[in-house]
Amino acid sequence: MVVPRPVLVFLLLGFAGLTVFPWVGESFYIELVMRMMIFGIFAMSLDLLIGFTGLVSFGHAAFFGLAGYLLAIVTPESGPVSIWLALPVCLLGVALAALVIGWFSVRTSGIYFIMITLAFAQMLFYFFNENSALGGSDGIFIFYKPTIAVAGSTLLDLDSRFTFYYFVLSSLVASYLLLRILLSSPFGQVIRGIRANEARTRALGFATFRYKLVSFIIAGTLAGYAGFLEGVHGGIMSPAHLGWHESGLVMMMVILGGMGTLYGPVLGAFAMVYLQDWFQDITEHWLLLMGGFVIAVVLFLPHGIAGLVHQISSLLSRAKGGAPDHE
Amino acid sequence: MDITTFLIQIMNGVQYGFLLFLVASGLTLIFGIMGIINLAHGAFYMLGAYLVYWLFGITDNLFLAILFSLFIMLAIGYLVERVAISYLYKRDHLYQVLLTYGLILILNELQKILWGTEFNSVPIPAMLSGAVPLTENQVYPVYRLFISVVCMAIAAGMYLLIGKTRLGMMIRAGAANREMVQTLGIDVSRLFAIVFSLGATLAAFAGMIAAPVSSVYPGMGDQILIVSFVVVVIGGIGSVKGAFIGAMLIGLADTFGKVLLPDFASVAVYATMAVILIWRPQGLFGKA
Repeated sequence: MVVPRPVLVFLLLGFAGLTVFPWVGESFYIELVMRMMIFGIFAMSLDLLIGFTGLVSFGHAAFFGLAGYLLAIVTPESGPVSIWLALPVCLLGVALAALVIGWFSVRTSGIYFIMITLAFAQMLFYFFNENSALGGSDGIFIFYKPTIAVAGSTLLDLDSRFTFYYFVLSSLVASYLLLRILLSSPFGQVIRGIRANEARTRALGFATFRYKLVSFIIAGTLAGYAGFLEGVHGGIMSPAHLGWHESGLVMMMVILGGMGTLYGPVLGAFAMVYLQDWFQDITEHWLLLMGGFVIAVVLFLPHGIAGLVHQISSLLSRAKGGAPDHE
Repeated sequence: MDITTFLIQIMNGVQYGFLLFLVASGLTLIFGIMGIINLAHGAFYMLGAYLVYWLFGITDNLFLAILFSLFIMLAIGYLVERVAISYLYKRDHLYQVLLTYGLILILNELQKILWGTEFNSVPIPAMLSGAVPLTENQVYPVYRLFISVVCMAIAAGMYLLIGKTRLGMMIRAGAANREMVQTLGIDVSRLFAIVFSLGATLAAFAGMIAAPVSSVYPGMGDQILIVSFVVVVIGGIGSVKGAFIGAMLIGLADTFGKVLLPDFASVAVYATMAVILIWRPQGLFGKA
């Protein structure tokens, strides 16, 4: 997976832009960009499944929302919780859920996998939706952001918007780098082999079930991390966060950005969050526009933004006489 | 639980199972024959209920309202297939999921624009509003029996249509080997449009006939869609027989779940699914 040079330049410029943004942007847009970055992490985690392992999960929001709910549960109403407690609880809880759901799901493939992941996500949705102790369909507030302290002295104050912005930005970059390392490791080679041809990969002697399950757990846990950030950022978790509309939205981010590229889904997340905000400004019936947009992308832009960029950059390098870039 | 209550619950479960079967059989047929995963199927169920609610307001007669709604739904199903679904036959499931997800967003929003966000009700017609006495103090509503009977008739009709008619023969052949059917000179694209339209109408019909007992509200399609997916997965994707067995299992699991575990009723449904999938990952009647 080689990132074409023009894309690399663009990504670095984008990163630079994000770094200086809090100094120049209005507070409304700073909030919006934080949301974009959180969904960027969420979308990358789904790309690990769809774009690299070949598992089309339609219940990925379950892990996102579950982590948020776990954060809400461990945060007392009287004061903040330490991140050293909250984060491990959220991530371990989500990893465990991903283990159980994955154990059932990854033995199937294709349309079965889509339907089963969806069904499990809906099971969690109804669990939280019907559970009045956790706020039912209204959701539950997270009154305090977690504290990050060592030996009583605060390292980072997440209540400060500046600090939290950079916390999210570093999380985004770290997630991207971690996934890149994972994908270039032998493990990454195997899961990509599974996507290309599972039978052949199995014939090579790899226990594909285990590889798929581990990929599912990693993706779920990373989605959970994004959900943790969303809980800290928004201060509220509702069943809608793990419903299938959310799963569809994040799947849309992956496709719009271009699956199997990691950076593409991040671009997709930025675009979708922006569009959501823009459509909501235009009309209260913005879902009509969103539906039309989703259909248009499926019909006219199946390889997403990244596909477009790869085409353009290979055209450019061919025009210069250089070797064309490969995906 | 005494024996009468138990029987009432069984009848409720079977009646819900029949409704699920109407929705799930369309879903499974559309997948089995056309290879399309259609998320908008639940939206058709909702549309059926709203059409009846709207036309009942005009005609003041449930049966007339259902009749007109059926024709409208056949046309809508055909149109949706031509305008959107027909572009998806060669595409990956991923894109089918997304496009039909986009369709849901549009249909749900149109519903809100046309009919608002309140809960609406459609009255049970007078001739079916009675109740059958079971014991001295327990009765069973006639309309629920009526739903079961009608659904049974439709299930039998489908069995005949698929097993005994020329169209059914083409449908079965199309499911088995699409290319071969095309080579034999059958207009497959028209066949697909008909199957899709019939499937959509079946789902809508379930919504129409359930409207007087379930009330008509936004999002009613989303819920039935998910449960129908569970039914289809349990029965084996593409199998109508599987959809029937799955629908009955889920109808009963849901009904008894509500009685025995009222706080976590929907968990019973998914637990049933999990157990069956451990045993047979491809569903009861699915091909591996």
